[in-house]
Amino acid sequence: MSGRRSRSRQSSGISEDQINDLIIKLQQLLPELRNSRRSDKVSASRVLQETCSYIRNLHREVDDLSERLSELLANTDTAQAALIRSLLTQ
Amino acid sequence: MASLISDTEPPSHLHPTSTDLVRRKKRLSVSSSSASSSLTTGDGDSHARWRSEKQQRNYSAKLIQALRQVRLSSSSAAAATSSPPPTAQKRGKAVREAADRALAVSARGRTLWSRAILSNRIKLKFRKQKRQRPAAIPAVITTGSSSSSSGGRSKKRRVTVAKLNKKSIPTVNRKVRVLGRLVPGCKKESVPVILEEATDYIQALEMQVRAMKSLAELLSGSDLAPQRG
Repeated sequence: MSGRRSRSRQSSGISEDQINDLIIKLQQLLPELRNSRRSDKVSASRVLQETCSYIRNLHREVDDLSERLSELLANTDTAQAALIRSLLTQ
Repeated sequence: MASLISDTEPPSHLHPTSTDLVRRKKRLSVSSSSASSSLTTGDGDSHARWRSEKQQRNYSAKLIQALRQVRLSSSSAAAATSSPPPTAQKRGKAVREAADRALAVSARGRTLWSRAILSNRIKLKFRKQKRQRPAAIPAVITTGSSSSSSGGRSKKRRVTVAKLNKKSIPTVNRKVRVLGRLVPGCKKESVPVILEEATDYIQALEMQVRAMKSLAELLSGSDLAPQRG
């Protein structure tokens, strides 16, 4: 691994180790790959693939939630009064 | 930048309730986020940043303010213009944009994606005007080239960049490019920048999802309360 650094100079001069570190950090964020933390076994491309699909999932969740919230906000005219009431009862 | 959201004050009769609401929402989010913040220890700087109680409180307060403005603007716009009432999709998009804006503001401008989100809102207004201009310019260029190369040798100047990317750049780089298109504002950045932005963006999105989910549950739970006629 240390030989790679001198041989393959990336165009911007960033070492592969740095990129690998970043990818490992990314892997620990993903819920899918977090449990099996055998960083050698999971390839970088797999991590990136999971990251893309995870971000798309999160986007979709946010869209669904915002639609739901918009309906809720539109329905309850006195949404603030209702919120305060519910906060008080809790 | 925080003044962007709180600039337009809600009507006066709502004002006392708004501060109460913000305070009470803060208390509630503290209790709900204490469970989530105890889950992960401060692994890195970003981990602690997006999971702290303070951040959660900050975001929920901004979210509520932004959402309230969405509600007010949509109701006032429907009354002012003669257009049909906003469809569910438009309202949902407005909510999503407000939530994204609140999220970007609570990032305090340290990350690329947050700055891109905030600047995009301003750029959208100018983008609509700009679209007509570049359409006129290529027309001028093509007429100029056809007149100059009278031999009829109209070569295509555009090199298909997609082809270059697929073969010469390895798989990892290609996937990082795809990832860069998903994260706002990172389409043309270098690989390590994209990766770092992605880690921060994912955590911010998770916090956004959590906050909106709890807010939605709160609102739907209050449906049982009696409504004023």
